[in-house]
Amino acid sequence: MAEAAGPGRETLPRRVHVDAIRQAVAELLMEANYCIGDDVLDALRQAAEEEQSPLGRDILTQLVANYELARQERVPACQDTGLTIVFLEIGQDVHLVGGDLREAVNAGIREGTKAGFLRNSVVGDPLLRRNTGDNAPGVLHVDIIPGDRVHVTVACKGFGSENKSRLAMLTPADGVEGVKRFVVETVDRAGAQACPPLIVGVGIGGSFELAARLAKQAVIRPINQRHPRPDIRALEEELLEEVNRLGIGPQGLGGIKTALAVNIEVYPTHIAGLPVAVNIGCHSNRHRDVWL
Amino acid sequence: MAIELYVDPSLSPADIRRLRAGDQVLITGELLTARDAACGRLARALAAGEPLPVDLRGRIIYAVGPTPAKPGQVIGSAGPTTAARLRPYLEALLSAGMAGLMGKGDWPEETAHVFRSYGGVYLVALGGAGALLAKAITAVDVIAYEDLGPEAIHRLRVERFPAIVAIDAQGNDLHRQAREEWRRRAGGLAPHRSDMAGAAPGQGG
Ligand code: SF4
Repeated sequence: MAEAAGPGRETLPRRVHVDAIRQAVAELLMEANYCIGDDVLDALRQAAEEEQSPLGRDILTQLVANYELARQERVPACQDTGLTIVFLEIGQDVHLVGGDLREAVNAGIREGTKAGFLRNSVVGDPLLRRNTGDNAPGVLHVDIIPGDRVHVTVACKGFGSENKSRLAMLTPADGVEGVKRFVVETVDRAGAQACPPLIVGVGIGGSFELAARLAKQAVIRPINQRHPRPDIRALEEELLEEVNRLGIGPQGLGGIKTALAVNIEVYPTHIAGLPVAVNIGCHSNRHRDVWL
Repeated sequence: MAIELYVDPSLSPADIRRLRAGDQVLITGELLTARDAACGRLARALAAGEPLPVDLRGRIIYAVGPTPAKPGQVIGSAGPTTAARLRPYLEALLSAGMAGLMGKGDWPEETAHVFRSYGGVYLVALGGAGALLAKAITAVDVIAYEDLGPEAIHRLRVERFPAIVAIDAQGNDLHRQAREEWRRRAGGLAPHRSDMAGAAPGQGG
């Protein structure tokens, strides 16, 4: 960490070359696609034991086998290697050198896709729909944090699940009950198409766009980590029970394991509003991060 | 116990009728691949009365967009994509004789009836298990619409490729049945379809 500077004194920024970020993105992208996190794998193993539907148990066991195979052979666990979402948290004492940051991130996506035999799943325009042929660009979120390091997180978001995500601008009167209804209803509508068992990311508060971003951050939080606030943690647990009563089950073929986790993030909001976003994550919840 | 299903390269109407929603099958033989772009082209060709580049009669179409094969691999990861996106093309494909469509996920409610009226079936493969499923694919070649790249129509040789019959030719719908049964058993909520979201935007102030 850089020395704290008093007023009038200057700290030298730490120089970070954008090439290091490019490389990190490429490596994390491959790693995320090949190696599902232990949090998800453990949860799938546990679900395979707890599921009451025999077909559901069978499906969960096969999913575990798929992830083990992908790790071992270093192949993508799922063919939808996703739209690449990159979160960069950049220390305010960092000076980025060596070129355009955004271009470095996209170059990392291109490299990781090519070297890792990932799928080109990006169209260059949402309406004209021509495949860009190199899986770039990704979606980049940048945040400034204290310190002199850079935190790079890469998530691969498949659209079977992304397509089922929703956002609502609830009113203060809707309250926590309104939030619960909206979350459960969104999972119910997602049903079988989002590759359950799901990981449900919920963002509550902020503004229209921040709620969606919080939901995305919630989806990529390790699923064995509950929210530090006891009331939010209780809400996560209650919602997980509720969605698991929907009967959707693994692959939507019935059972009690519709979701592996509900992760919630919250933020202050306006006196007149209660934004809620639900980002539906499939079991193939792939993300990796590194500090530079 | 899984049923061995031979598709070499097509199924007879009698083969199709024997399949029941809930049956687990291991498919050996030949599949065609087509997803959004290829199905759209096939449907448009049919609507225009043009000949199809491939005979669909008795065939199973697998909705898949694999990853590129690594050196030494036959095919990359090759799990199913969401079938319901192909809903606009379903009648056209079935009317051209397609015996079965394989993908993942459920369909809008009236779709089971469409499969029944054409005598076709819907199969599901394990969504998100592309690495595992690729192991059951032994050969692949492009046979039509090559310009579509990964979305071109490919022919896959498969050996004991695992799938589940989700809608049979009698119109039974496994997703709907299983979900209702398990919603009851899991002490579930009544399905709610309130239109709270979007319909009641917050009042700014
Ligand atoms: S929803 Fe997820 S697991 Fe299913 S196909 Fe898409 S990326 Fe893969």
